[in-house]
Amino acid sequence: MTSWLLRRLMQALMVVTVVSMIVFAGVNVIGDPVEILISPEATQIEREQIITRLGLDQPIWKQYLAFVGNALQGNLGNSFVYNEPALDLVFSRLPATLELAFCAMLLGSLIGIPLGLFCGLYPDSKLSRLIMAGSILGFSLPTFWVGIIFIIVFSVHFGWLPSGGRGETVEFLGTRWSFLTLDGLQHLILPAINLALFKISMILRLTRAGTRETLSMDFIKFARAKGLKPRRIIGVHLMKSIMIPIVTVVGLEFGSVIAFAVVTESIFAWPGMGKLIIDSIYVLDRPVIVAYLIMIAVLFVVINLLVDVLYATLDPRVRVGGAA
Amino acid sequence: MSTVEPAVATPTLEVRNLQTSFFLRSGLARAVDGVSFTVGRGKVMGLVGESGSGKSITGFSIIGLVDPPGRVHGGEILFNGRDLTKLSETEMRRLRGNRIAMILQDPMMTLNPVLRIDTQMIETVQAHDRVSKSDARSRARDALGMVGIPSPEERLSSYPHQFSGGMRQRVAIAIAMLHRPDLIIADEPTTALDVTIQSQILAEVQKLAREFGTAVIWITHDLSVVAGLADDVAVMYAGRIVESGTVDDVLDRPRHPYTRGLIGSIPSRITQGERRLHQIPGMAPSLLALPKGCAFRARCPRAAAVCETPPEISVPAPGRTLRCFRPYDVELVS
Repeated sequence: MTSWLLRRLMQALMVVTVVSMIVFAGVNVIGDPVEILISPEATQIEREQIITRLGLDQPIWKQYLAFVGNALQGNLGNSFVYNEPALDLVFSRLPATLELAFCAMLLGSLIGIPLGLFCGLYPDSKLSRLIMAGSILGFSLPTFWVGIIFIIVFSVHFGWLPSGGRGETVEFLGTRWSFLTLDGLQHLILPAINLALFKISMILRLTRAGTRETLSMDFIKFARAKGLKPRRIIGVHLMKSIMIPIVTVVGLEFGSVIAFAVVTESIFAWPGMGKLIIDSIYVLDRPVIVAYLIMIAVLFVVINLLVDVLYATLDPRVRVGGAA
Repeated sequence: MSTVEPAVATPTLEVRNLQTSFFLRSGLARAVDGVSFTVGRGKVMGLVGESGSGKSITGFSIIGLVDPPGRVHGGEILFNGRDLTKLSETEMRRLRGNRIAMILQDPMMTLNPVLRIDTQMIETVQAHDRVSKSDARSRARDALGMVGIPSPEERLSSYPHQFSGGMRQRVAIAIAMLHRPDLIIADEPTTALDVTIQSQILAEVQKLAREFGTAVIWITHDLSVVAGLADDVAVMYAGRIVESGTVDDVLDRPRHPYTRGLIGSIPSRITQGERRLHQIPGMAPSLLALPKGCAFRARCPRAAAVCETPPEISVPAPGRTLRCFRPYDVELVS
C-alpha cells in the first residue's frame, strides 16, 4: 500500500510539472500583458522599467525556471492587477467555489442515484420514461441559458430568490461560508441547481445503465434463488456493484465542477474562482491564470487519488496488496 | 438414510403439463410446452437437451424465477403436494433458498464479486431462519466444510475472486445446502469446469443427495454426466420431453431418434479414430417458428409423412415415455 501510494504521488508530481510547463508556455503565447497593463501615455523608459520588473525581458525558459524556483517556495508570483500573491488570491476564492461545487454534486447524487435506480428497476413504467426524457433536457440545455431563465423566473418574476452574490456569510473553520445562514442558502440554491442539472442527468443515466446491466447478472438471479428479500438484493447486492462506476464519475465530475463553474459563477455573480479566472483572462493577469490552472491540476490529481482509494474499498478485486 | 422411504410417499416434485411461454412482440415463444415429470426423494433426475430446448426454463419455472415477458401459464408444479404455480411471490420467496435451492452454470458469475463469502452465506441463513449472526456464521462454516473446502473458517472472510472456479461452485453448493433443501435445481453447474473438477463436484452432489434425501434436477446438455449421476433422465427437444425413463433404460435402449443422435455424438474410446463422430444434422428450430407436427422432423433420419402431425406421449414400457411416431425398435439396439 505504501509503495503504491508513493508511486502514485510521484506520478502526481510529474503530472503537475508537465501541466505547469504547458500552462506557462500557453499563457505566454496568448498575448502581451504589457499592452494592457501600461497606459498608452507611458514613455519608452517607463515601459522598459516595467517589463524588466515583471521579468518579461528574459527568454521564456529563464522565466519558467525562475517561476519554478519561486513556486517551490510557495510563491506563484504577484498578480499584475491586484499586486497580491496570486496563490492567495486564488485561495481566497476557493471556499465559495468549493461550496457551490459540493452542493451541486450533492444534489446531483441525491437526486440522480434514486431516480436512476427507479428508472433501472422499472424501465417500462410511464414515470421512468418521463424521467428519462427529462434527463435529455438536463443534458442538452446550455447551462448559461438555464441560469438566465432561473433568474428571470425565480428572481425577477416571482421574486422568491436572490439573483446573485453569496448573501450573508458566516465564519467557520477559518473561512466564510454561505450555507450556514438562511440568506446564504437562499443565494446558493439557484446556482447550485443550475450547476447540478447536468450532473443529475448524467448520474441518473449512469445509475440506470448500471442497474439494468447488473440486474441481468447471474449473481442477482442467484441472490433471488437464495430467497433474499428484494430490499436486500437491491440495497446490498445491486447497490454495492453499481456504486463503483458511480463513485468514479462523481469524483471526477466534482473536479470538473470546480474547474468549470465559470459559467454559473459569472451568471449568478458568485465570487468564486471561476469568476476570478475569467476576469484574469480579460486582463491577461498571467500569474493568476497560471496559479489557478496549477491549482486545478493539483485538485484533479488529489481527487483522482481519493477516488482510487475509495475504489479499492468498494471493489475487493482492485485492492492493492491484498491476499491473492 | 435414503433407503428408508415410505412406500406411498408423495414425490418431492411432480410437474404436470407445465407451460411456460415468452410473450414477445414478435409472437409467442413456447419455451416449455406440456412438460411432465416426477422426482422422488433423494433421486437425481437428468434433464438433457440442446441449448434452447427449454431445459433451463423448466428449472426456472419450478423455482419461480421466470422473468417477464416470460410466464408460467399452464400446468401444475406439485412440490411436496403443494402447487407452486398458485403461491404468492412472498410464499415463493420463503421456499426459495430454503426448501428449493438452485445452482447456476457459471461459478464465476453466481457469487457477488463485491461481497465476502460470509456475507453471502449469512444473509442466506438469516433470510429464512431467525438466528444470530454468529450462529448463522457457524452454520455457514459447517456448510463449507461439508462440501470439502479446506480451512473453512479462514475462507469465510475471502472474496469470490480469491477462489478457483471449482471452489466457487462448491461455495455455491454449500449455499444451496444451507437449509437442507428438499430439492436442488442444478442448471449445468459443471459445464464451465475442468473435467477433473467436474467429477469431484458430481460426486459431492450425489453424496449430499443420498445423505439428506435431497431430490436433484440436473440440467445439462452432456449425456455422459447424466449417465454417471442420475437415476432418471428426460430428454427435451424444443420445449417438450421427447423421451424419458430410468438412465440405464434410456441410454442402453434409446428409442427416439433424437436421443439416439445425442448418444451417438458422445466421443468415446470406441469411436476414437475408427469412425467419424456422429452429428445430428441441422440446428434446433427457433421457438418462434416451430415446424408443424414433430419439431425434430426436419433433422430426423426416420421422418415420414405421419410426423407432420404432432406426436402424443406414449408409454412403451412402465416408467418410460416416448413422443415419436417412428421410434427405433428395442431389438435394433445391440
